Amino acid sequence: MIVVADIVLDKVSKKFPDGTVAVADVDLEIADGEFVILVGPSGCGKSTTLNMIAGLEDISSGELRIGGERVNDKAPRDRDIAMVFQSYALYPNMTVRENMAFPLRLAKLDKETINTKVEEAAKVLELTALLDRKPANLSGGQRQRVAMGRAIVRQPKAFLMDEPLSNLDAKLRVQMRTVVSRLQKQLGTTTVYVTHDQTEAMTLGDRVVIMRGGAVQQVGPPQELYDHPRNLFVAGFIGSPSMNFLHAVVEEGALRTALGEVPLGDRVRRELEGADAPRELILGIRPEHFEDADLVDEDTRRRGMEFEAPVEIVESMGSDKYVYLTVEGERATAAELEELAADAGAADFTGAGANLVTRLSAESPVVEGETRRVWFNLEKIHLFDPANGRNLTLHEGRAAGALAD
Amino acid sequence: MAVETTTRAKLRWGLLDVVVVVFALIPVLWIASLSFKTPATLTDGRFWPREWTLDNYRTIFATDQFVRALVNSIGIALIATVIAVVLGAMAAYAISRLDFPGKRLLVGVSLLIAMFPQVSLVSPLFDIERQLGLFDTWPGLILPYITFALPLAIYTLSAFFKQIPWDLEKAAKMDGATQGQAFRRVIAPLAAPGLFTTAILVFIFCWNDFLFAISLTSTERSRTVPVALSFFTGESQFEDPTGAICAAAVVITIPIILFVLFFQRRIVSGLTSGAVKG
Repeated sequence: MIVVADIVLDKVSKKFPDGTVAVADVDLEIADGEFVILVGPSGCGKSTTLNMIAGLEDISSGELRIGGERVNDKAPRDRDIAMVFQSYALYPNMTVRENMAFPLRLAKLDKETINTKVEEAAKVLELTALLDRKPANLSGGQRQRVAMGRAIVRQPKAFLMDEPLSNLDAKLRVQMRTVVSRLQKQLGTTTVYVTHDQTEAMTLGDRVVIMRGGAVQQVGPPQELYDHPRNLFVAGFIGSPSMNFLHAVVEEGALRTALGEVPLGDRVRRELEGADAPRELILGIRPEHFEDADLVDEDTRRRGMEFEAPVEIVESMGSDKYVYLTVEGERATAAELEELAADAGAADFTGAGANLVTRLSAESPVVEGETRRVWFNLEKIHLFDPANGRNLTLHEGRAAGALAD
Repeated sequence: MAVETTTRAKLRWGLLDVVVVVFALIPVLWIASLSFKTPATLTDGRFWPREWTLDNYRTIFATDQFVRALVNSIGIALIATVIAVVLGAMAAYAISRLDFPGKRLLVGVSLLIAMFPQVSLVSPLFDIERQLGLFDTWPGLILPYITFALPLAIYTLSAFFKQIPWDLEKAAKMDGATQGQAFRRVIAPLAAPGLFTTAILVFIFCWNDFLFAISLTSTERSRTVPVALSFFTGESQFEDPTGAICAAAVVITIPIILFVLFFQRRIVSGLTSGAVKG
């Protein structure tokens, strides 16, 4: 039997009785068997969206279709989807076996089938030895696996996961991440996964949906979001360490920034010639697009420009070095950046000037305290309009840097 | 040194406990002692009876009056308890889970009922029940008991329900349970300690009530034990039924003790541990 389990959200919105709009007009098509990640800072509506797909929250307007069928008014149990909760939500009065058998018993399967299915799922998740224990006697990782087992045991059309790994410690989380990934590939079941952790989003999903304030910002494969962010928010959210943002002023076909005059290509210049074009921009550049100027060959040098800045901190990672530079000049300000800083818990962190995080080659002899000459790639920089966060360097969905003609 | 301190602390606490327990139990033990005394030694002021006798117990069980009252008491208290706990559980569940307009008002009003002086309600209830033909019947007592026990039940139960993680109910729904199944198979078992605690409280309230029982009954048909006790008389008006009354008092304490002991084992805290987080 072939079960087509694509999930389509058609202008789905959630408005609470007190008037707050948690989710606004979300359009999303999740293909059968796809692994989609909903990611965003807390309060962005990702969990509400998941709960609407699950049927635990009513949909205020719009349509939700699973396998082509409208399910807006169906109870969760009639949607044939399983969910893994952040808190695991295991039934404490039942053993692991009973926990996993619970959905099957509700489906009124006979005892023998239930037993085989539970044993099978337990084997996949290495829970066989724990079947007769109560949840209270399990470790966090084991509980997490039982929660997964309870979801996979009845072979639903889709899995919904609500931050399933966020209660685990860092090491276990990395380990479980691969377990989740392998399991999803093995079963080929459509999966919607909610997280606030951009690393999980980047590593797990086929496609990532970035949300902010109840609205979808950008949908795409992780690499595309990383390379071609549509706006300031996406650019700042994806990537660790995150993108550097600098204040830039448009002046006669060039940009005045803390790193010097940045030349502009024809295309960006045309964009900035309009009457309503912004006079001030935010320049974004990722840490890995910097390099020690001494290590750059002539050919590469021509594609970027150089500047000098005092080195504050050097963190040697072995494979490369994270170098923190201090640059003078105004800080880039925009609503998106403040929101991102607040989410990272750094809202009240205000240093003088701006700090640049750069990733240089391990061969660089850079030391703390010196003033170092650093090169950066002009083809990889992004320019954002501070008013609406739009990426001006994006052309037909591709970011082409500042120099493009 | 540390061990010494703990031992001394233990001794001190132990002593304090004994004092409290003795203080609380002396009246009860005194009644028990009286119930075993013969009429001649009843007023000798000794705690330990000089002559032991079971006559008092024989007397009360020999009279149909007491046995009949005992049956009434057990029946009325049990029925009222079951109804109050079931209704209370449903109401408390709704209060702890749903957000509906007027929720605070509802909880407030139900608490108000519990605080309302019962004495002021007795005469109106008497008239109403006579009109409705409920006077001197089991329902005539069960109904007011439920009224006054419900606020108590709702209040204690909603505290218990609030402790149960809501995720469990969501999980049950995702696993294919209806609202009813989720309540019966997941929530109710977890709320069991709360249900039993509430049941004990409600049962004791009904069992001990004297005011309603004496006002709303007139015959053995529905008279409960506390009332029946007050109607005990000796063979003649000069004979004092103290011994019999004490024996009856001991007898009616026993069901309460049994009830508490039976359910106490179920009141295990930490039953919900392991449900969520790590």
